[in-house]
Amino acid sequence: MTFDYAPAPESRSVVDIAPSYGLFIDGEFVDPIDGATFKTVNPATEEALAEVTEAGPLDVDRAVRAARTAYRTTWSRMPGSERAKYLYRIARLIQERSRELAVLETLDNGKPIRESRDVDIPLAAAHFFYHAGWADKLEYAGYGTRAYGVAGQVIPWNFPLLMLAWKIAPALACGNTVVLKPAETTPLTALAFADICRQADLPPGVVNIVTGDGATGRALVEHPDVDKVAFTGSTEVGRQIQRAVAGTRKGLTLELGGKAANIVFDDAPLDEAVEGVVNGIFFNQGHVCCAGSRLLVQESVADEVLDALKRRLSTLRLGDPLDKNTDVGAINSAEQRARIEELVRAGDDEGAERWSAACALPERGWWFPPTVFTGVTQAHRIAREEIFGPVLAVLTFRTPDEAVEKANNTPFGLSAGVWSEKGSRTLWMASRLRAGVIWANTFNRFDPAAPFGGYKESGFGREGGRQGLAAYLRTEG
Amino acid sequence: MDARLEVRKTYKLFVGGAFPRSESGRTYAVTDAKGKFLANASLASRKDARDAVRAARSAQGAWWGATAYNRGQVLYRIAEVMEGRRAQFEEEVARAEGISARRAASQVDLSIDRWVWYAGWSDKIAQVLGSSNPVAGPYFTFSVPEPTGVVAAIAPERSSLLGLVSVVAPIIVSGNACIVIPSLSRPLPAIALAEVLATSDLPGGVVNILTGRAAEMGPWLASHADVNALDLTGVDDDGLATEMEFAAAETITRVLVPPRKAPDWAEQPGLDRLRFFVETTTVWHPIGV
Amino acid sequence: MTATEARIDGVPARMSEVAESDARLRRLLHGLPGVDQVGAEARAAMLATRSVKAASKEQALDLAISMVDLTTLEGMDTPGKVRALCSKGLRPDPTDPTVPAVAAICVYGDMAALAREAVGDRLHVAAVATAFPSGRASLAVKLQDTADAVANGADEIDMVIDRGAFLAGRYLEVFEEIVAVKQACGAAHLKVIFETGELRTYDNVRRASWLAMLAGADFIKTSTGKVSPAATPPVTLVLLEAVRDWFRETGVRVGVKPAGGIRTAKDAIRYLVMVKETCGDAWLTPDLFRFGASSLLNDLLLQRQRMLTGHYSGPDYVTMD
Repeated sequence: MTFDYAPAPESRSVVDIAPSYGLFIDGEFVDPIDGATFKTVNPATEEALAEVTEAGPLDVDRAVRAARTAYRTTWSRMPGSERAKYLYRIARLIQERSRELAVLETLDNGKPIRESRDVDIPLAAAHFFYHAGWADKLEYAGYGTRAYGVAGQVIPWNFPLLMLAWKIAPALACGNTVVLKPAETTPLTALAFADICRQADLPPGVVNIVTGDGATGRALVEHPDVDKVAFTGSTEVGRQIQRAVAGTRKGLTLELGGKAANIVFDDAPLDEAVEGVVNGIFFNQGHVCCAGSRLLVQESVADEVLDALKRRLSTLRLGDPLDKNTDVGAINSAEQRARIEELVRAGDDEGAERWSAACALPERGWWFPPTVFTGVTQAHRIAREEIFGPVLAVLTFRTPDEAVEKANNTPFGLSAGVWSEKGSRTLWMASRLRAGVIWANTFNRFDPAAPFGGYKESGFGREGGRQGLAAYLRTEG
Repeated sequence: MDARLEVRKTYKLFVGGAFPRSESGRTYAVTDAKGKFLANASLASRKDARDAVRAARSAQGAWWGATAYNRGQVLYRIAEVMEGRRAQFEEEVARAEGISARRAASQVDLSIDRWVWYAGWSDKIAQVLGSSNPVAGPYFTFSVPEPTGVVAAIAPERSSLLGLVSVVAPIIVSGNACIVIPSLSRPLPAIALAEVLATSDLPGGVVNILTGRAAEMGPWLASHADVNALDLTGVDDDGLATEMEFAAAETITRVLVPPRKAPDWAEQPGLDRLRFFVETTTVWHPIGV
Repeated sequence: MTATEARIDGVPARMSEVAESDARLRRLLHGLPGVDQVGAEARAAMLATRSVKAASKEQALDLAISMVDLTTLEGMDTPGKVRALCSKGLRPDPTDPTVPAVAAICVYGDMAALAREAVGDRLHVAAVATAFPSGRASLAVKLQDTADAVANGADEIDMVIDRGAFLAGRYLEVFEEIVAVKQACGAAHLKVIFETGELRTYDNVRRASWLAMLAGADFIKTSTGKVSPAATPPVTLVLLEAVRDWFRETGVRVGVKPAGGIRTAKDAIRYLVMVKETCGDAWLTPDLFRFGASSLLNDLLLQRQRMLTGHYSGPDYVTMD
């Protein structure tokens, strides 16, 4: 006797997607001046969800001017305690509309509803709650109280609303106004957030949302009246942005790519370690900058861990992201899937051994099965380049020194995982790993109170915690 | 009458704790504020910069690995040794900057005191910049500042000693190693400082001093993949600053851009400079039985 | 007779060799991977989010009913109470013959004969023994308790381990006691109760699981139901991981029985999800998974009626015995 899980789809009826969206500028949705339109698509079905505006340079200029005016006339004059109340209101509205936002996120991004419901949306609300409290306590944080002015923010498609919260909450708390560009493929929750700003009666122009692709982002970053640029995305685009702001004196923080090592010692709590490895790389289809994409496992337990890992991966449920029992959703775009496929081919060509969980891929939409490469060395492309997909490269090590050396041997430095029951060694590792976040006996945990950000080519600046406020306050005299 | 012929000093570079000449063999004439010849200084090349980065990288791990208490002791020792040689520094600064003996003495006082101020910071940085993070879950989470790594700095052109100390001390106190290009026109106090550093228990390579042209070495340092951060405080040329910022982007090197107006180095520094050259690492660990 | 000679079928000699001293047992048990509390609880919580609806829920409800060890373990138990329980176990819903019978009736040893008489060979009769629930008696008394229950017709014995000895590190003593009780069971199946609420840590639960399996347990069971906390999802997860790993090591499938505190159909289904995703479908049988429960059965029946009729049922529509 057995039982299987019947389909358990979350209802779409909670969302009301408009056929088309304008830009959110100065407190209202407006038609573009020089923009075009594009369609945003459900990656699980390839169904067009809505027509969205691609803001042109004049539209961006209009948004920046609205933000400047709001900064000058309203937001910079408002006491922190009042700013705080707006942020609290927004936090509450996100909670109240959480189910709608979760479904919207899953439709537009392809991530499982379990993740958008249990991770993205609650954390987005938590970020507004956390930062609301800072708005009238900045003088205690140690970075002064001077806002930059207008912040231009560009965010990625992997955690659309959560990344928006990471950007907008601290910016507003510190007294900045913002123009935010969501990712081209995932604009819908940002547009829903615009509506939340209206519901919160946030003064017009304090938050402006301009949708579009890289060209829109470039226009925003290069706009001369933007005082501060914050970007989360690929290292390549981060590099272009850093070049673009050279010589401008704009504030800049970058949260870029990663190639994190998840290090499993032979004395690890193995069942939880396997869960952590799975969560580290297959959470959100591996579309996570801090994903544990390199498993460094001590040679003495490598076979045991790999067996357990494969067994565990065979129970992962891939499919309809709206199904409450789905563990692995759709790849966000055809482009991204092509990128994953290219690197997987490189792994094959370079002689690594590929294993994929047996799972039927839906016919429509973009999918990739959870995949593990063994026999990988540091020289392989799949061990060096960020894949940003559900692909794990497995390497082995013999000693703690070797683990540190291999973990640090990358231009990135965003995160790392250490699995061991020996506290002294864990602390030893933590002090030697060159990474901004170190998860010991856990992985992919996020909290608004915990600073997040990278070393080296993973970017600079922190988001979250007291330290994250520095990104939105002018510290120089 | 002066019967004895003065023994003149040769001013060399300071790299990896040693005093090499420039690999290029080049020197340049250094004059005092009135244009009188003082000495020849080494004119460092991009290859010297490369060697200095290598020296800094190999020194940085152990310097960061030392205890904060130990780093504080070393910085304090620098102050002690400078105090013992203050006459030399007063003379070098007076000649270099063309200021009175009294004002030069004041610059030296401030420089020594600056080392003392930063020495005291070594074991307080983590307490002031770090945190324990009250996350919503059963995890012990803390954030600690760690050094960025290897920092290339351009020291101020005018403030030959105090400006230099004010740039170098906040970089190294947290465990970074640095390559610093001192004032081009007033480099001699920097070499005097190097002689102090060499005898102050500071591990070789933690501070490397390259006399020469920022315009020549700067872009190489900026684009060097093993340099983690740049301090452009002494870059007066906007074009050069932009060029270096642009080059730094290649490996996402952190850049402290030149100040909008020349700083008054006599003022008490805040924490901004020190903070710019640390990274924050956040560590999570479950709490359970 | 030494412990080693007392080896039970299916436990390889190489594994039973460790049972020669406390020190060797300790090395084995403490060499097991640790259990990270937060991680284990997070995994159990994640599995609890599985949504089991429609046809799969119908299947799960019937499966759960068939896994119930319908239990009464009270000082006030009477023959009438036990007989009523037996008839409930045989026909959980008198109005609906499609409802499966439960797996077993679980009683004190002195009631075993009565239960056996009532159910014949249609249900298993499980008896708690070994000075249940505290386990504080001499070995001789415990063995006599076991023998009595078997003689009274119990074909399953639920024994308690000596938690005092376990916590004091006298692993060999615990091991030998289980081996001796197993001997006394004869053909009856042995379920070994750890009272996980007293072992306190998941590391201890994992060690106790391996100790019991080494000694020949047919089932490992969380709790007596007399100590709080009794069964919890994460504790059961640790037991399931142990039997899964034991199977990989020895080829022998050991059963798991969470007991105490499982009262709702929703909870029961969450346990089944955990079994399915930890051990696989092979464990989804009353031979390898049981619920030690009393009030759970009625909630399973109410949910079943709700599924069949399409409206919510009420407590007056299930029998209260």
